Amino acid sequence: MKALVAVKRVVDYNVKVRVKSDGTGVDIANVKMSMNPFDEIAVEEAVRLKEKGVVTEIIAVSCGVTQCQETLRTAMAIGADRGILVETAADLQPLAVAKLLKALVDKEQPGLVIVGKQAIDDDCNQTGQMLAALGDWPQATFASKVEIADGKLQATREVDGGSESLSMSLPAVVTTDLRLNEPRYVTLPNIMKAKKKPLEVVKPEDLGVNVEPRIKTLKVSEPPVRSAGIKVPDVATLVDKLRNVAKVI
Amino acid sequence: MIRDPETINLLLDTIARFVNERLVPMEAHVAETDQIPDDVVADMKELGLFGMSIPEAYGGMGLTMEEEVLAGFAVAQTSPAFRSLFATNNGIGAQGIVIDGTQAQKDFYLPKIATGEIIGSFALTEPDSGSDAGSLRTSAVKDGDFYVINGTKRYITNAPEAGIFTVMARSDTSRKGADGISAFIVEKGTPGLSLGNIDKKMGQKGAHTCDVIFDNVRIPASNLIGGVEGIGFKTAMKVLDKGRINIAAASVGAAERILRDAIRYAKERKQFGKAIGEFQLIQAMLADSHAEIYAARCMVLDAARKRDDGHNVSTEAACAKMFASEMCGRVADRAVQIFGGAGYLAEYGVERFYRDVRLFRIFEGTTQIQQLVIAKNLLRDAA
Repeated sequence: MKALVAVKRVVDYNVKVRVKSDGTGVDIANVKMSMNPFDEIAVEEAVRLKEKGVVTEIIAVSCGVTQCQETLRTAMAIGADRGILVETAADLQPLAVAKLLKALVDKEQPGLVIVGKQAIDDDCNQTGQMLAALGDWPQATFASKVEIADGKLQATREVDGGSESLSMSLPAVVTTDLRLNEPRYVTLPNIMKAKKKPLEVVKPEDLGVNVEPRIKTLKVSEPPVRSAGIKVPDVATLVDKLRNVAKVI
Repeated sequence: MIRDPETINLLLDTIARFVNERLVPMEAHVAETDQIPDDVVADMKELGLFGMSIPEAYGGMGLTMEEEVLAGFAVAQTSPAFRSLFATNNGIGAQGIVIDGTQAQKDFYLPKIATGEIIGSFALTEPDSGSDAGSLRTSAVKDGDFYVINGTKRYITNAPEAGIFTVMARSDTSRKGADGISAFIVEKGTPGLSLGNIDKKMGQKGAHTCDVIFDNVRIPASNLIGGVEGIGFKTAMKVLDKGRINIAAASVGAAERILRDAIRYAKERKQFGKAIGEFQLIQAMLADSHAEIYAARCMVLDAARKRDDGHNVSTEAACAKMFASEMCGRVADRAVQIFGGAGYLAEYGVERFYRDVRLFRIFEGTTQIQQLVIAKNLLRDAA
């Protein structure tokens, strides 16, 4: 069974982002970029399934600018067998990515698609669900455990107040939660080997997908700055402030 | 020479992440116990740190010198004891075989060195022969298909951990100088080979050195590196040229880390109502340190690129090693000063770096030997 894994190039999680002065977005010039951490978990899960003999081939897909090749090389260093870059400079929104992935799914016929539950840049949390809908596939979102046996996928999902167990037929879409696994360190020899793995570049037009944005961003702004606190002399004053100034009790 | 920027960036990111997440948190523990925990060593092997400079054909990564120094900057951002363990496999403990070894020697040893299955150690220095390496007295006498080695080697890095030793010994006792010296591979456990007590050092706890004693150690003649007698000293010098660039890279990496710690402290520590980093006398120390690090970094990269281009870099390697190691000493000294009283306390770690980096000015040729090498080359070339 083939597994398709989607990986997104995002601002590294260690970077403190700043909003552009004109409010049109976040400044990503000269900022360190890495693979979305949830996608790293997705690649790791696919590699573990391959090591268990469930998955035979892992295809990593990234949609975006040329530099996404670096993200694909990372995925291949973790253990993906080959990479596909859907190259475009367009502002990609979840529906466009889901459609691109759907086109690749039709072409590659994977038995399983694993994506991160959301990307840490826009926090959309939509692509996996949209892909499942487009393909009319079952989906296990926010999976914290995945097992495949006898052609069925058993997943544990993290939901408010506990966990939920699902069983579904394949092919299916899985979106990864933080606790699904802990991605391995990429080893240096595997980074060198990843250089030799095949990486195919296609354009959205080749897949017959219109990636034009459907949603327009009006304004991006920094969160309001927290004002300094005050010290109160006694409990009575505290209660008074909470009641009459903060109006929380 | 950078062959592929994408790959080298990924490689450096991976090393940086490993250093920050796995090694930096262990620094104090390693210094206290004088031991790198086994699981950390296993992770270092798994990551591939032992085979960076071993050719790809033998399971290593075959980094170019420029790539290797970039990796060197990255791995040196933590206690030098960590790099010490795998540095001999990438450097002096393996390069003798990489540069001058026979095909059979390469096929047999290099794959094991690349994975870290065996640790390579380089045995040149003796009780009476340090900087004047050409005067070494350890002897290797041919006896049929064997050589019999006798003598003592001193301050041998990684000797307690080593699986093989590259040993410089005099195979022709009639010749006093460098020409009579050959290089041999001696495996751990060979009868007659014994180790002294682990040396108590000023710093770099967790990295071990000790005496290696050869008492009628019989090794097969096929363990003569390159299969030719009398080229051992030249082998050693080639190994050391590369080693010097690596030590220079380590000095730059360590200095970068020390300065980063000093900057953080200068921004946090408040005196006279403001962060000490706002005082110009502190700023001067930070600025001087940064400028010197930048200069050393440029020298290291230049020497590495020239070596990749096939030039003889004896002078450049000596200049880079001398300048970078002395620079690192100054940066560490200023960092202790910026930390003030805290700089003298073990808790803050900066005094540990101060002691650790002191070695950079001594091994792989002292500063004074580098001066001699540089001056000798200048005078020779001016003729």
